[in-house]
Amino acid sequence: MKPKRTQTKTRLKMTLSLSKDTIQVLKEQDVVFLKNRVKETAVKIKMGLVNQTRLLTAASELVRNMMRYADGGVCIIEVVSSGRNNGIRLTFSDRGPGIPDIAAAMRDGFSTGKSLGLGLPGTKRLVNEFDIKSKVGEGTVITILKWANG
Amino acid sequence: MDKIPILRMGAFLLVTIQVDLYDRLALNLEADLVQMVNKTNAKGVLIDISAVSIVDSFMGRIIGNIASMSKILDAETVVVGMQPAVAITLIELGLPLKGVHTALDMEKGMNLLKSMINETEEDADEDQTENDFIAE
Repeated sequence: MKPKRTQTKTRLKMTLSLSKDTIQVLKEQDVVFLKNRVKETAVKIKMGLVNQTRLLTAASELVRNMMRYADGGVCIIEVVSSGRNNGIRLTFSDRGPGIPDIAAAMRDGFSTGKSLGLGLPGTKRLVNEFDIKSKVGEGTVITILKWANG
Repeated sequence: MDKIPILRMGAFLLVTIQVDLYDRLALNLEADLVQMVNKTNAKGVLIDISAVSIVDSFMGRIIGNIASMSKILDAETVVVGMQPAVAITLIELGLPLKGVHTALDMEKGMNLLKSMINETEEDADEDQTENDFIAE
């Protein structure tokens, strides 16, 4: 009986993807559409209002970066599940110029544009998981995950 | 192009944002509002954001800009009706909206504006302009 139990435990810890939705973001109208879709998905998995606001604000920051620096890109909305907890994973990928110094970009107050430089570090504070991969000349992929509770 | 209406009430300008702001709309509002402050000689600006569910760093910056621009045109800005979830998100994001006066609702915001403007006038009489910032 014992080994069986450990097996279930490890399986529970795995993050499963339950649904996947790909949205192209090229124009300002697409941004509105994307935000609405994220909101709908958050409501569907019964995410709390404060977490919804955090996730939507994070999405808003990232999609703005994508529009400003890379002329748009693609966002994948996934509903994920790990054990009893459901969450939303958003993957923003673009074919923009890339970020030469990710460590600097993750610092509060750093910006190559004329913004406040809160976008990336602020977004990281709003979500549960944050991952950034970027290659100069190829593009940037940012993945964030927010659990419905927590 | 959508536009957010700016209403004039005595020496004040009232703005109620009923839709979720997108970037261009916010930039237009900033420009319109500063023009209106100049044109109407307004002493105070009241912005109601009770229907706004997301304020990200860009929107936060616009709100801050409106407050500072109005300030140098001699008008005070009060933001009212912020949703609790928005307040939580703004602080976690790292945007404390310094220099922007806030009040819980329209009525309290109106009182705050009135008291600030009275105070400024009294201060001007007594030549104590440093006290401007010590509004409640």
